[in-house]
Amino acid sequence: MLLSHRARQLVRYLPVLPAVLLLLVFLAGPVLWAFQASLTNAGLTGRSARNPEWVGLENYQRLLTDPVFPLSLGLTVLFVGGSAVLGQNLLGLAIAVLMRRARPAVASLVGTAVVAAWVLPEIVAAFAAYAYFSKDGTLNQLLGALGFGRPEWLYAFPMVAVMLANVWRGTAFSMLVYKAALNDVPTEVTEAAQMDGARGWQRLLFITLPMIRGSIATNLMLITLQTLAVFTLVWVMTAGGPANASTTLPILAYQEAFKFGDIGYGTAVASVLILIGAAFGVVYIRLLKEPRA
Amino acid sequence: MTAPARTLPPRGVQALAPQRRRGTTPADLALLLVGACFLLPLLWLVLGSLDPQAGHETKVPRQPGLENFAAVLTPELLLRPLWNSVVLSAGTGAVTLVAASTAAYPLSRYRSRFNTPFLYAVLFGTCLPITAIMVPVYGLFVQLELLDSMPATIFFMATTTLPMAIWMTRNFMDGVPVSLEEAAWVDGASRMTALRTIVLPLMRQGLGVVFIFVFIQAWGNFFVPFVLLLSEARQPAAVSIYSFFGQHGAVAYGQLAAFSILYSLPVLALYIIVARWSGSSFALSGAVRG
Repeated sequence: MLLSHRARQLVRYLPVLPAVLLLLVFLAGPVLWAFQASLTNAGLTGRSARNPEWVGLENYQRLLTDPVFPLSLGLTVLFVGGSAVLGQNLLGLAIAVLMRRARPAVASLVGTAVVAAWVLPEIVAAFAAYAYFSKDGTLNQLLGALGFGRPEWLYAFPMVAVMLANVWRGTAFSMLVYKAALNDVPTEVTEAAQMDGARGWQRLLFITLPMIRGSIATNLMLITLQTLAVFTLVWVMTAGGPANASTTLPILAYQEAFKFGDIGYGTAVASVLILIGAAFGVVYIRLLKEPRA
Repeated sequence: MTAPARTLPPRGVQALAPQRRRGTTPADLALLLVGACFLLPLLWLVLGSLDPQAGHETKVPRQPGLENFAAVLTPELLLRPLWNSVVLSAGTGAVTLVAASTAAYPLSRYRSRFNTPFLYAVLFGTCLPITAIMVPVYGLFVQLELLDSMPATIFFMATTTLPMAIWMTRNFMDGVPVSLEEAAWVDGASRMTALRTIVLPLMRQGLGVVFIFVFIQAWGNFFVPFVLLLSEARQPAAVSIYSFFGQHGAVAYGQLAAFSILYSLPVLALYIIVARWSGSSFALSGAVRG
C-alpha cells in the first residue's frame, strides 16, 4: 500500500460525501443563513428583498418589545406541555398499560384506531380535526345530544381545540414506544411483586415505571421536538387566530415572514425556535449516550 | 447501540412471554372508549365523502352516493396533484436511499474515531424543528433562484429525512455479516462493487422499509411544498387540497372528504406493508419525527 494510513482513511470515507454535502447545503446552510438574516431587514418583496441592510440586533430587540412574541412563546409552552408532555405521553402510557390487560382482539382493534390518526397525511388529519371542532361538528353534536351547550370551539377555546387535536394526532407514537418498553419488562419482576402483595397501581408506579424510565425520557424528548414543530394542524384549524389566541412560534415565524413580508423579523422568531429545538436536541443526545441502568 | 434500536423490543419477546391470563372486562371497556374517541373524527371523513350534501355534521347520508368521488376525479383537481405527489415522494425516497446507503457503508464497516461524533451530529440534525427552518430555506431558495423547482424541493426534503435514514440503514447494514463481502474481495471486487452486488441485495427488505418510511413522510408533507412550490402545475396533493378547500371548502365538504380519502389511501396501504414487513409497526415509529 502506497497510500498513508490517513489518506486511506479519507478514501474509505468518500461515500459519506453526498450525504454530508446535502446536510451542509440544505440543513446547516439554512440554519446559519437564519442567524445571519435575522440581523438584517430582509423583506419578501421590494428593495429590502434585493439589498437587505444590516440592522444588528434590532429584530431581537423588537422581539422583546413586541407583545405578540411573549404571548406566542407562552402559547407554545402551553401547547407542548399540555398536548405532548401531559396529553400524548400520559394517554399513550395509559393505552399501552390497558392493552396488556385487555383481550388481544380489543387491544389490536383500538391500537389500529389510534395509529390511523397518526398515519394519515397531516393535512387530512387537520381537516378532520377542523370539521370535528367546528360549530356544527361532531363534538358539538355529541355535547348537544348529552344536553350540554354547543360552544364555538375554534373561536372561544382555540388552544383547547388545537391541543386536543394534537393529542388525537400524536398519541400513537407514545403508545408504540410504551408498548415496546412494557414488553421489555421481565414478567418475573412484576410477578414477584404481585406475590409480595403489591397492587396493580403500586406495581406500575414503583416497579414498571422506574424500569422503563429510559424510554420515558426518550419519548418525552421526541414528542416535545415533534410538537414544537407542529404547523399544519394549527394553521388549518385556526390559522393562529382569533387575534393571535393560538399563534404558536412556527405560526408566528410564518406570518411575520410571509404574511407581513418581514423576512428579517420572521427569521429572528425562527432562530429562537431553532435554538429551543437545539437545546432539547443536546439534552436528548446526552440521554442516549448515557449507559442505561 | 443506536437510537431507534434501543427502544426496539428484542425479536420474539412477544411470542416467548408466558401468556398471562388475559382479558379483563373493565380494561376492554376503557380501551374501547378510547378507541371510539380516536375514530370519531375520522367518521366524518368517511360519511361525508359519501354524502353529496355533506356539511360539518357527522350524519348518515340520506342518499349515499359516489358523486363526490366523481366530482374530484378530474385530471386538473386530483390526478395531476397526485402525480406530483408521486414524483416528489419517490424522488425524495430515491435520493435519500442512495445518499443514506453509501454513507452507511463506511459507518457500518470501518472502525474510526469519526463514526460516533458523526452519527451524533446527524442525530442532532433530526432534532431541529423543520418548520422553523422553512423561513430561512425560503430565503436561501430565493437567493439561489431555486424557488418553484421540483428537483431542489426533492433534495431539500431528502435532506430532512436523511439523518433518520442514515441511522436506520446503518442498523440494517450491521445485520449483514462481513464474511460475505470478504469472499467478494478475494475475487477482486472493489468495496463499492461488494456493496452494490452483495450487501444491498441482502438488506433489500430493510431498504424497502427506509424507502417507504421516507415516501410516507414526503407524501404527507404539507408545509415544505406549500412554501417552496408556487405554481399550481407543480403542487402536490397536500397543497392542492388546501387551496381547493380555501376556494370551495365552504360549499363542497363532501368533495373535500372524498379528495382526502383518495389522497390518504396510498399511505395507509404502504403503512400496512411496512408494518407487516418489520413484524411490528414499531420500526417506523422509532424513526418518525414531526
